[in-house]
Amino acid sequence: MAAPFYDRRRGYVLRVRFGGRGPGKAPDQRKADYGPRTADTGKENHHMPKMDEARKAERLDSLQGRLTKLIADVRTEADIRKKRKMIGEIGNLNRRIDKLKSGRVLSREAKRDLVAYSFIAPNFIGFCVFTLIPIVFAFGLAFLRWDGSNPIEWAGIGNFMKLGDDVFFKAALKNTIIYCVGTVPLTMIASLALAIVLNQKVKGRGIFRTFAFFPYVASLVAITAVWKMLFHPSKGPINNLLYNVFHVAQEDLPQWFSGGLVLVSMILFSVWKYMGYYMVIYLAGLQGISAELYEAASLDGAGTWNKFRYVTWPQLSSTTFFVVVMLTINCFKVYDIAVMLAGGGSGELTTSSTVLVYYIYQKAFVDWDLGYSSAVAMVLFVMVLLVTIIQFVGQARKEKA
Amino acid sequence: MKSAHKKAVIGKAAVYIILILIALIMIIPFLWMLSASIKSDREVFQMNPFVWIPENPKWSNYSDIWTKIPFGRFVGNTVYLTVVVTLLQLLTSSFAAYSFAKLHFRHKNGLFLAYIATIAMPWQVYMVPQFIMMRKMGLNDKLLAIICLQAFSAFGVFMMKQFYEGIPDDLCEAARIDGMSEYKIYAKIMLPLSKPALSTLTIFTFVATWNDYLGPLIYLKSQEKKTIQLGLKMFISQYSSDYGLIMAGSVLSLIPVLIVFLVLQKYFVEGVASTGLKG
Repeated sequence: MAAPFYDRRRGYVLRVRFGGRGPGKAPDQRKADYGPRTADTGKENHHMPKMDEARKAERLDSLQGRLTKLIADVRTEADIRKKRKMIGEIGNLNRRIDKLKSGRVLSREAKRDLVAYSFIAPNFIGFCVFTLIPIVFAFGLAFLRWDGSNPIEWAGIGNFMKLGDDVFFKAALKNTIIYCVGTVPLTMIASLALAIVLNQKVKGRGIFRTFAFFPYVASLVAITAVWKMLFHPSKGPINNLLYNVFHVAQEDLPQWFSGGLVLVSMILFSVWKYMGYYMVIYLAGLQGISAELYEAASLDGAGTWNKFRYVTWPQLSSTTFFVVVMLTINCFKVYDIAVMLAGGGSGELTTSSTVLVYYIYQKAFVDWDLGYSSAVAMVLFVMVLLVTIIQFVGQARKEKA
Repeated sequence: MKSAHKKAVIGKAAVYIILILIALIMIIPFLWMLSASIKSDREVFQMNPFVWIPENPKWSNYSDIWTKIPFGRFVGNTVYLTVVVTLLQLLTSSFAAYSFAKLHFRHKNGLFLAYIATIAMPWQVYMVPQFIMMRKMGLNDKLLAIICLQAFSAFGVFMMKQFYEGIPDDLCEAARIDGMSEYKIYAKIMLPLSKPALSTLTIFTFVATWNDYLGPLIYLKSQEKKTIQLGLKMFISQYSSDYGLIMAGSVLSLIPVLIVFLVLQKYFVEGVASTGLKG
């Protein structure tokens, strides 16, 4: 049984718990077994006001008595929850005795905790103030009506009720889901294929890997500017190619950044930009597959396809699972791609290209309808939560199997 | 035997062809960007004949961009933000991660749960209340707001913890017996061992901060506070047909990220593998 609340430095707790020693021991020996550590009682703290010696001995006696009684009781206690509580109490008593004997202000455990907290504090304080507290606020805000300056009003579930009739919200939700459904499988397949090819022993694969990663590190503003040039409806080289080489009629040339095609452009761009990142995750997964499996498959006469089908793909299932979940969550959060590709000069999106995060931003920072904006954010949250739960359940099922 | 050899050669050739094709798809937009950045607006879309390097390269694009908009100011702001955020992130995350991975203390599980619970929480869900809070603190239109927003992520702590858990406990235990303090163990033993994880986290944080658009858009309103992304976007909206200049600005905005990535990338795959990002 895992006992994460007790650590090995408090060995006596664990010893009592697992009851390794029989009850028929002499009382002094028991004390030696379960008693507190006395290794550094010699270090007396002289800054402490000296306690009256007689009172100290008296308190020590009473504490020791309680401790011995508890240790005896804990063996006979059947209720596991009570037992656990008693074990905790034993730890506390031991600590108090330790403290009394050594005369130090801080017990060994308190000191240890302080060191650990000092490591965590710099990050945790920032994390708490700028992440945890706003998250709690976000849940509350969704039930309020507030413009950021006037008095706050209670809205109840009114904000959520309004969502159902909101055409722009429904368009945003629909577009976000379409974008997801297009992007996730395409990126997954592309990155897996890329990883498999780049996992071969080929010359210069380091350079190829680096190239594949370029789009990921490139800034969206810069790289979307290039895409808008390449796919420029009248002057861009892509449409130029379609016109001159494939003889697509002038009026049939695709308008990449408006109407129904804008989502296709967003999906294509997204696959291109992020496949390098997921490729790295797949590469890490591929390197975890032992070469023996492939050797065994070769001995069985498996070809390239069968090796992929029966070795690579099943071995990568947890990586694939992770990639799909990450991809889906990242797709839900899409914002910049839509604004840069479809937004034009003003950066405003229409119902054909709007996405959830754009609507959250617009409602909050343009219309200052903070409660409603938070209600939209809750929809985003629930979508991400669902995917995360699926991941947890999937992983748990896998571990069971 | 001979046909098997032939097959292998064809296979190899196919792999190279695929690779070169992919590399082209990945790299052509960047080459286009470089090429367009030294062209005049008329040359940019010229297809017949298409040339990568024009006869008279318009190098002036690279000098004009600094005067048309306060580009230097934007670069300065972004460099300041990115360096501070990355340093803070590396320091505080690895510090906290060491505690979670190698020390025993009360409320450890509870505290770590707080991190885990928020790791999948999109920032976009709580960006609005966060803004309201920061405004109350007087951080609106301050670069400090972006630092607070980016520097303390749950992701960094989680990633570094995963990595530290892969380092054997015996190493710390031995140092403890030798009487080393926890701070010393962290500085002398753990930090030197965590180069791959630190490099990976550096790439992630640097790229995310340098390229962030929505965060600065919400917080940084005045011209002299803007980052390079906001500045570039502003420029694109104002001078939408000055393609050469836009491309020159884009190239300049990419250089620092590419340098950081190229310097640290040799640790990258190792870092991703050992920090369990693969799940």
